[in-house]
Amino acid sequence: MAKLLTYKEKGTWMENLCGVTKLIFFLSWTITCMLTYDTRVLAVMFVISLILFKLSKTSWDQVGSVFKVILVFMIINIVAIFVFAPDQGTKIYGTEHILYHWGGRWKVTSEQLFYELNVVLKYFTIVPSVFMFIITTNPSELAASLNRLGISYNIGYALAIALRYIPDVQDDFHKIKNAQEARGIEMSGKAKLADRIKSVAAIIFPLIFTSMDRIDTVSNAMELRGFGKHKKRTWYMGRRLAAGDYVVMIATLVFMIVALVITYYDGNRFYNPFV
Amino acid sequence: MKKFGIKEVVATGIGTALFVVLTQVQIPLGFIPNTSLQPRAAVLAFLAAVFGPVVGGIVGLLGHALGDAMFYGSIWWSWVFPDAVFGIAMGLFAKKFMIKEGGFAGKSIALFNAVQIVANVVAWIVVAPVLDILIYSEPANKVFVQGVFACLGNVIITAILGTLLGVGYTKIGAKSSSLSKED
Amino acid sequence: MKPIIEFKDYSFKYNSQVEPTLRDINLSIYPGEKILIIGPSGSGKSTLANCINGLVPFSYVGESTGELYIGGKEPKDLGIFGLSKMVGTVLQDTDGQFIGLTVAEDVAFVLENDCLEEERMHKRVEEIAKLVDIDKLLHHAPGELSGGQKQRVSMAGVMIDDVDILLFDEPLANLDPATGKHAIELIDSIQKEQNKTILIIEHRLEDALFREVDRIVVVGDGTIVADMTPDELLSKDVLERQGIREPLYVTALKHAGCKIYAKDHPAQIQTMDFGPYKGRVQDWFAHADSPDKKKESDNVLQVEHLDFSYDESRKILQDISFSVQKGEMLSIVGKNGAGKTTLSNLICGFIKPDSGSILLDGEDISPLSIKERGERIGLVMQNPNQMISKAMIYEEVALGLAVRGVPEEEIKERVYETLKICGLYPFRNWPISALSFGQKKRVTIASILVMNPEILILDEPTAGQDYRHYTEIMEFLKRVNQEYGTTIMMITHDMHLMMEYTDRAIVIADGQMIADDTPAKVLTDATISDRAYLKQTSLYDMAKQCGIESPSAFVECFINYERKVR
Repeated sequence: MAKLLTYKEKGTWMENLCGVTKLIFFLSWTITCMLTYDTRVLAVMFVISLILFKLSKTSWDQVGSVFKVILVFMIINIVAIFVFAPDQGTKIYGTEHILYHWGGRWKVTSEQLFYELNVVLKYFTIVPSVFMFIITTNPSELAASLNRLGISYNIGYALAIALRYIPDVQDDFHKIKNAQEARGIEMSGKAKLADRIKSVAAIIFPLIFTSMDRIDTVSNAMELRGFGKHKKRTWYMGRRLAAGDYVVMIATLVFMIVALVITYYDGNRFYNPFV
Repeated sequence: MKKFGIKEVVATGIGTALFVVLTQVQIPLGFIPNTSLQPRAAVLAFLAAVFGPVVGGIVGLLGHALGDAMFYGSIWWSWVFPDAVFGIAMGLFAKKFMIKEGGFAGKSIALFNAVQIVANVVAWIVVAPVLDILIYSEPANKVFVQGVFACLGNVIITAILGTLLGVGYTKIGAKSSSLSKED
Repeated sequence: MKPIIEFKDYSFKYNSQVEPTLRDINLSIYPGEKILIIGPSGSGKSTLANCINGLVPFSYVGESTGELYIGGKEPKDLGIFGLSKMVGTVLQDTDGQFIGLTVAEDVAFVLENDCLEEERMHKRVEEIAKLVDIDKLLHHAPGELSGGQKQRVSMAGVMIDDVDILLFDEPLANLDPATGKHAIELIDSIQKEQNKTILIIEHRLEDALFREVDRIVVVGDGTIVADMTPDELLSKDVLERQGIREPLYVTALKHAGCKIYAKDHPAQIQTMDFGPYKGRVQDWFAHADSPDKKKESDNVLQVEHLDFSYDESRKILQDISFSVQKGEMLSIVGKNGAGKTTLSNLICGFIKPDSGSILLDGEDISPLSIKERGERIGLVMQNPNQMISKAMIYEEVALGLAVRGVPEEEIKERVYETLKICGLYPFRNWPISALSFGQKKRVTIASILVMNPEILILDEPTAGQDYRHYTEIMEFLKRVNQEYGTTIMMITHDMHLMMEYTDRAIVIADGQMIADDTPAKVLTDATISDRAYLKQTSLYDMAKQCGIESPSAFVECFINYERKVR
């Protein structure tokens, strides 16, 4: 069974920040990381990521298995980039320093390696921030703080319900899967494609239809308890922004602006060491 | 357009939970390495077709982001948005499919599949690769090939599983007065 | 005094149905009363409740005639939110009602929707949590709670709004017997201390009567067929006619040929005067047949020293050993979360034991895959909706054979035969969606039986079924057991099922097997009942009060007699 990343209470200062603060950090961090291809910025972000990851006291047990999956994905991706476009680096940086030539279009250039290094750096910068965000953010408080950001409480509550019922749905999924397997549905990879689709259908049908019933029950329960009565609502887990939150938010925004200014200063998002 | 009432809030929440849980269910295609059919795409199509564009869009966005974050520890935004686009597109035709009302048959099945094909093409062959190029500067040929495969996979699984889900659910709503016992 | 709820010639018809579900209802309920509403499934008792809390007509649309007043006002003037300020509903599905991510948030849900400020909300939640004894659990997630605890959270969640009327929809359905008893006690103390009006919808009459109620309203076929005190009701034959199970001691008294009188307070065993009945009961016991000795047969399943844990720190099962004979019908009982389901998961191979072994026909099955075990040990889940994956009955029942590559002709033959046994043959070309819950359950049993398993394991086969459906399903399983010799194991917390249909009970408490004995012995042993969260049967008290030396022998005679008259 795949292990899900989830919130764990640890009492670090990061936990004590508002969900909103972390969400803003998380979003601006990933956006900056998406936009920039400036190796210097990425390197700094990578180091900060590592430090923050350390400070969040996230243990390897929590993220280890997920991390391995990411590593595999990443390797496949960088190989695929090379296979599809061995000259992507040259296109971007405008020069060509050939290190090794297999013949035809297959040549390894310093530019290509440097470009792919940037891609790898991006992975390593984003991943710890996702880990941190999920592991240090109390989901109830996040739903409350989304509302504070001006997002409709309906959406905040939809998120809360999603997080509330993921374990239940996961549980149903395993129960149904086991029972169908006992009836003889083959789950292993040996079966033919059509049979595999049939097997998956045998699990998904009961899962979806019981979930549709659940939607009815839960909406009745919420209606009976006055959900949606007013334009506003308050939150038990709601928290006011504290000084620390403002500090983190301002620092985040300043960092983002500086990083983007450095990145786009020369009119190009790439840092080019070859000219 | 449907209003976003309690039913829709709950459908979004539980739909997202379903999408997240089903992230782990993949059917490898076998003949193309590293591409697999994603049953969650069919489930998204079904939910959007029943509950409308707002539910579809949010389930696609939240479900994909949460699912990837919780299972893979990373969020690839250029692949999150296409799912939202797909959910919205399917949801826009919710009234025409008449799944809840028990009328999902013949013409509406054809429409469902026509919409899902167009929506998948837009989402995976237009939106995803364009975002990949804009955001990540990935090689164009690579991301289009990826997009084509993703699109194909989703079209296939939605055509089979999505249609069957719709047919199955529509029967629950349909009246069964015409049935008689046989000896 | 003015009634707090008043129905006058009230009828209601759902838009989706042709016939009205409620007809000419006249019912007045006064502030501070405690009313039990009973009736078979489909009688309209849930619709009656939904009229009171506003789901009818605000969520389930339909037409009504006649008058209905809640707190002196008409529901349509109050709206569902207005009604929710007066009526608090505790739903049967505690997982569906538990909306918050933690206990505290769920309890606070109503206050959040009323925009109460955070500090006052926190204080109020703490107060109410103390009242139902969940103040230690405030930061727990629903997954960490037992069924009983979840129900308390639901109660707190509706009581926090200071509603006048509390409506409980089948509060006992998902609880083990001892927890159910606590729930009834809690409801009782809430009524007494807070002076609320209480409505309980339930078909488990004896358990619901564990604490006094003022009146019982019996709903049958859309009308009110009785509205009287429990003592009166038990002295009449309304329950029998409506197909509702009477308390066991009442049944036993009737078997002994007694006519029951309201003046002897038959509503509760603790207060009933058995004086006038004693002689007849003793006489009946003296002449009753004791059960025949069971024939010994070969072991089909042996479980030896089974240990299981998810992690080092907490053992789920410890040193479980027992054997099951061919053709037996036995029950596995114990409180929720004691490890009963884990045991069946181990037998089916979904999880692997830390140590110990499981033998099927004397042969170790640890190398067998889930699929291979599934051919010999069939598992039927509690909720049929979690098993059904096909649209048509025939396809669903054929599924297990089809995936095993059995030829078409043979599939057809075996499916038809199984459908005949299960009484589903006339429906063979129907879509499953057209079936009732009980019929769906039978489809899932059929879909397993068709594979001719040696052992059938059923998880709570009768959960949520009324007496009629309970009897139907259990009689059907008994027939399968007798005619085909299939060994049947049932995981249950239904004490009636265990007594009436199984010859042996394996009792599990806190991961250990604490008894392997006849149901009569288990249910008359106070130590075992306590540890396993079972409830001593009322027949035990009755036997004691009637001066019978050996209560367990009395219980055995009763069971034997019951099985014969069925």
